[in-house]
Amino acid sequence: MVERAKGEDGCEQEKMRVEAEELERILPGVRKPGRYVGGEYNSVAKDWEAVSTRVCLAFPEIYDLGMSNLGLAILYDILNSLPDVLAERAYLPWVDMIAAMRQARLPLYTLESRRPLREFDIIGVGLPYEQLYTNLLEMLDLAGLPCRSADRDERHPLVVAGGHAAFNPEPAAEFVDAFAVGDGEELVVDLVRAYQETRGQPREVQLRALASIPGVYVPRFYEVAYGDDSRVRGIEPTVPEARLPVLSRVVSVLPAPPTRLLVPTVDVSHNRAAVEIQRGCSRGCRFCQAGLATRPVRERPVEEIIDAIAALMPLTGFEEVGLLSLSSSDHSGIERLVQQIAERFSADHLSISLPALRADSFSVGLAEAVAQGRHSGFTFAPEAGSERLRAVINKPIPTEQMLEVARQVFQRGWRTIKLYFMIGLPQEEEEDVLAISDLARAVLAEGRREHGRKVQVNLSVNTFVPKPHTPFQWAGLESEAVIREKQALLKRRLRGPGLKLSLSDPQASVLEAALARGDRRLAGVVHRAWELGARFDAWDEHRQPAAWSQAYAEVGLDPAFYAHRERALDEQFPWEVVSIGVRRKVLLAEHRRSQSGETTADCRDSCYGCGVLAAYGSGWSAQWRCPRPPDNA
Amino acid sequence: MTVTMGRLRITFSKGGLLRYSGHLDLARAWERSLRRAGIPVAYSHGFNPRPRIQLAAALPLGHAGEAELLDVWLERPVAVGELARALQPALLEGLVVKEVREVPVQQPALPAQVAASEYEVAAEWEEPVERLQERMDRLLAETELRRQRRGKSYDLRPLIDRLWIVQEWSQAAGGPVLGMVLAARPGATGRPEAVLEALGLEGCRAQFKRLRLVLGQG
Repeated sequence: MVERAKGEDGCEQEKMRVEAEELERILPGVRKPGRYVGGEYNSVAKDWEAVSTRVCLAFPEIYDLGMSNLGLAILYDILNSLPDVLAERAYLPWVDMIAAMRQARLPLYTLESRRPLREFDIIGVGLPYEQLYTNLLEMLDLAGLPCRSADRDERHPLVVAGGHAAFNPEPAAEFVDAFAVGDGEELVVDLVRAYQETRGQPREVQLRALASIPGVYVPRFYEVAYGDDSRVRGIEPTVPEARLPVLSRVVSVLPAPPTRLLVPTVDVSHNRAAVEIQRGCSRGCRFCQAGLATRPVRERPVEEIIDAIAALMPLTGFEEVGLLSLSSSDHSGIERLVQQIAERFSADHLSISLPALRADSFSVGLAEAVAQGRHSGFTFAPEAGSERLRAVINKPIPTEQMLEVARQVFQRGWRTIKLYFMIGLPQEEEEDVLAISDLARAVLAEGRREHGRKVQVNLSVNTFVPKPHTPFQWAGLESEAVIREKQALLKRRLRGPGLKLSLSDPQASVLEAALARGDRRLAGVVHRAWELGARFDAWDEHRQPAAWSQAYAEVGLDPAFYAHRERALDEQFPWEVVSIGVRRKVLLAEHRRSQSGETTADCRDSCYGCGVLAAYGSGWSAQWRCPRPPDNA
Repeated sequence: MTVTMGRLRITFSKGGLLRYSGHLDLARAWERSLRRAGIPVAYSHGFNPRPRIQLAAALPLGHAGEAELLDVWLERPVAVGELARALQPALLEGLVVKEVREVPVQQPALPAQVAASEYEVAAEWEEPVERLQERMDRLLAETELRRQRRGKSYDLRPLIDRLWIVQEWSQAAGGPVLGMVLAARPGATGRPEAVLEALGLEGCRAQFKRLRLVLGQG
């Protein structure tokens, strides 16, 4: 895929830039061409020659999804604020554009300067979830780069990946040179500086320098041994710089949020400004990796959030701002925050979106503030239908409380409520599945009391996928047959007006489950599946189960071993090359408590010593919701 | 109640790679540009208040526009003279404000006022330009030109007000530049692609530029 052009001396030279004319030859034939031309308000096109280090932030999904990734926006802002560094962006083009680029022999380019990715020093890949690995390969290949780290050297850009999938880096270990685990704000600067200090040296030297940075995992410096039963038998670092485990990075204080946000020129999902109001979650839902892996809980002060909104409005023109966190209604200043936003910005026709509301910390005041000029719908995530199962997963919200919230929401004029549930949770019985439909019907009844038949309850029911670093990391994914039975049961029970059910594809869950808890041998499967045409694995209409089955068979691995197998309590896990600070024995205790249906309180109220404070306590700041450690003066 | 304090008409050009963002995206881009520039746009009332702005006519993907029109209703009075200068830095690359003026509030909706559009179309044409002129003459001599558009049949001929050769050769597309004035009537709008098709030039390389919109009484 490497496009070559004749240089003046007659030698072949690699193409330095994709010209607008070349692009315009293919743009008329592809869907939504506006996503391939850049030019967004607040995009930064620095002088290429005026900086020493050029970073391409690459997102292995389409523009429409990548543009709303706040992590990438934060890194873009930080990197471009460094005088000697520039950062540009690339997203994976949609299938029609990929085909057109390959046919026209155009390499993947950045939107700012339209330079091929191989012209950059570092490619920083965002991996927020696991189904992006084949897309990563597609991206590297479209950029004309070898897919495997071992096939690249110091003449190629350094490929660094971060994001939540990095909490189990192993299935992508062969493709990525180094993983940045945890909060990226400080880590990304450390990476760039280490790169600058070893510029021009052999890749091995560069990577050893990177490996010595806290939070960086360089897969090639670890050896993993497997037993006869195919389970991990041992993990050994092979150079002194390689730590075991690599402790995920944490920033003591959330840096000020970016305000010069990119404004998309074509419509994208979540087409609005975003301000992160809180990182981490103290609730301890046992299925949730994000809540545990982003601890400690750090709350951004209300004043700082207000200042950020005031600054970003004239800089971006966004008419809506999303207040992002894993559990918005848990921010201790949330009522004050939404009130102040309403008071201060009501004349500006600014609306607020508040995702991730919890029914047990929801209030009418919040509902009213969010209602300003907006009447879409309300979303809640009971996750499980029965109170018993909600205790198992440690999201113990009483049914009566949910119905009370639904009542309030309907009374305030909303007619649509969306509910998120999971099936396939540990200990789930048929009656728990039936409880999902009972709860949905009870919510519908509350709405009908208020608005008659004009009420809609939308259910999104996903299959639970066990994730690394959670109390459910030992669990097996439900078998495909049982998932289908439970889905059929829900379909039968949730027929009728006012109810809409959407279900996840069981084959998608099997793929996700295998990749989520895979080891580095899975890289062979990922690569082969990609060669066989797999990509856009998160898209139901593009997933290719046949390619994956064939790849597993050829490589000689069993997807059930990764997806469905219940793990032994003493099993060493491939993802334990990484530590999120939460102790394994705490996860195990939570696992056992789940089996007896015991709940664990919100740790803001009573710290149970999850390990985060022991791992990171020296960096404690007033933003933390953890108790101040005694040795922190 | 918000009192509308006036109606502005902005004349602007759209060019560069911004040509590849569509009509709805352009409307959204204008809403945000006006917000960035701090221009007090009036909002509609009701369930889902929307900024009261109106583009005159959709410009197809890839087409450039030299003098596109946008109407903006205001929430409070502003000094019109300073608007163009305040607006320009808030705009995307590819948009240039040419003129801002006040128009009577009670005028009909802007899209309803568009009577015709003038285009320049650079089209790929390898034969002598006279051959093309012959085809144009034959086309203009027709009294009816039935065409299909989205499954509906319409007559293109009455929508062609003028058709001529502006320039015999342009490097841009490798052929002459055609001038076209095409009418917009209720239910039928003359499109330059349809004229190229009628000339037997479908699928050729072409560059479209809308020079101006001709407003009628609406």
